[in-house]
Amino acid sequence: MSWNIVDYGEIVLDHYENPRNVGEIDGADGVATVGNPACGDLMKLSLRIRGGVVAEARFKTFGCGAAIAASSMTTVLIQGMKLEDLDRITNRSVADALGGLPPSKLHCSVLAEDAIREALADYRRRAAPGEPVEPSGARAAMGTRETAETGV
Amino acid sequence: MPRPIYMDHHATTPVLPEVRDAMLPFFTEQFGNASSVTHVYGKEAADAIEEARRSIADLIGAAPAEIVFTSGATESDNLAIRGGAHAGRGKGNHIITCAIEHEAVLETCRALEAEGFAVTCLPVDSRGMVDPGDVLRAIHPGTILVTIHAANNEIGALEPIADIGRITREKGILFHTDAAQAAGRVPVAVNGMNVDLLSLSAHKMYGPKGIGALYVRRKVALEPQITGGGQERKRRSGTLNVPAIAGFGKAAEIAKRDLPAEAPRLEALRDRLWSRISERIDGVVLNGPAENRLPGNLNVTFSHVEGEALLMALRETAALSTGSACASGTVRGSYVLRALGVPEEEAHSSLRFGLGRSNTEDHVDRVADHLARAVSRLRTISPFYQEARPS
Repeated sequence: MSWNIVDYGEIVLDHYENPRNVGEIDGADGVATVGNPACGDLMKLSLRIRGGVVAEARFKTFGCGAAIAASSMTTVLIQGMKLEDLDRITNRSVADALGGLPPSKLHCSVLAEDAIREALADYRRRAAPGEPVEPSGARAAMGTRETAETGV
Repeated sequence: MPRPIYMDHHATTPVLPEVRDAMLPFFTEQFGNASSVTHVYGKEAADAIEEARRSIADLIGAAPAEIVFTSGATESDNLAIRGGAHAGRGKGNHIITCAIEHEAVLETCRALEAEGFAVTCLPVDSRGMVDPGDVLRAIHPGTILVTIHAANNEIGALEPIADIGRITREKGILFHTDAAQAAGRVPVAVNGMNVDLLSLSAHKMYGPKGIGALYVRRKVALEPQITGGGQERKRRSGTLNVPAIAGFGKAAEIAKRDLPAEAPRLEALRDRLWSRISERIDGVVLNGPAENRLPGNLNVTFSHVEGEALLMALRETAALSTGSACASGTVRGSYVLRALGVPEEEAHSSLRFGLGRSNTEDHVDRVADHLARAVSRLRTISPFYQEARPS
């Protein structure tokens, strides 16, 4: 079964055409850069955290339409969310919120999940310097690559 | 909603109405098998085949008997390379090709490598051109086949086929060229270019899909890849696809007739497209040669913007492709662009424009206009563009 660019659903198109929360936060509390432009996508996510809640999330993404839509949807999903609830956001929830993604584009939602994990780890590193933090970003980044290769 | 402007003529072209009309009688009325020699049905089919064979031979300056019908350029490449290598096995086992060939050539060469043949894959320069000197230097006593395409499907580079042909002729080595993108778009003459084998495709020249041909110079030994009833002088068995061949013949006839006017028209359109793009959008790079290029081909890097995202913005305006059509949907950037030394991230930011008969100045202006807006919008989302801007 082959997928075509014209097969994207309405929600993906909407977030691609009208992406929410584009930008970078000055003095962000947690930032992440995941992906690799040589593989066709890179996402930057920055978070402002206030009282244990994601007060603001902004993104910039180099990538295909699905990557842009997944980035945009991620910021919408996590804004206003308590930090302890962020674990509930997975690549699957991003893809579902977009009304589904074709198999070859699932890596775009994995990229978004990686960005959340990485930004949160960055926030915790900053909040408690000196304490070891599980390098979830590195693990997740590897997952991205695997998905990317098997997804096509 | 009107359909988007088709600018992907390297992927395929529409069948011209005249071509369709030439095909229609052979489906339902003159449906005979060209191999049937015992009745008029067979005669009609055989006559149509021979007429088409003449038109196709005429397009490339060959003799009709040197045209072998196949299912398309991929099969032609397979027959030429595999058939040529197997037939030449007694003389040596070395094959020379180049890095930006179509997969039909590269994968066939890889398969032969697995069989024990040695393959030299020549590099190309930053414009995508093969150096004939490299071909000469790569030739050794065991070399039996050189296969270098006439025109590249992504960047439109027209390779120095005549110069390479002079070398292979002098050395007595079989020379194959994949001319699927070149034939009908630029003049192709098998004798002037000294080629022994040349692959053709009907659907790249406004003919139907699923039909192609291999030019085989008289007396060239070729091991058949499809055996059976011995059609096509035993070079390619199988009942001939009469309607498709009739269409192919008509398409070749029209291509030859219209080339002198159509090639300069497309060249001017292409140059207009590049002017409009480069005047209105900063950070654009032309990939491939500035000259010696297929008339309708343009390949451009729009830095900091991913190609597929750009095509999504254009999906209602224009039908284009990123890299080659086959590479779309894969994660790696185009191997052709990478072979030119284009960095991987820029390869992901490149679009291929393939202009053809249906395109007009108005199309070009509209697409350039829409591109400028889409690039500008996507750059506001791109993490790289901000970094590239002076603070």
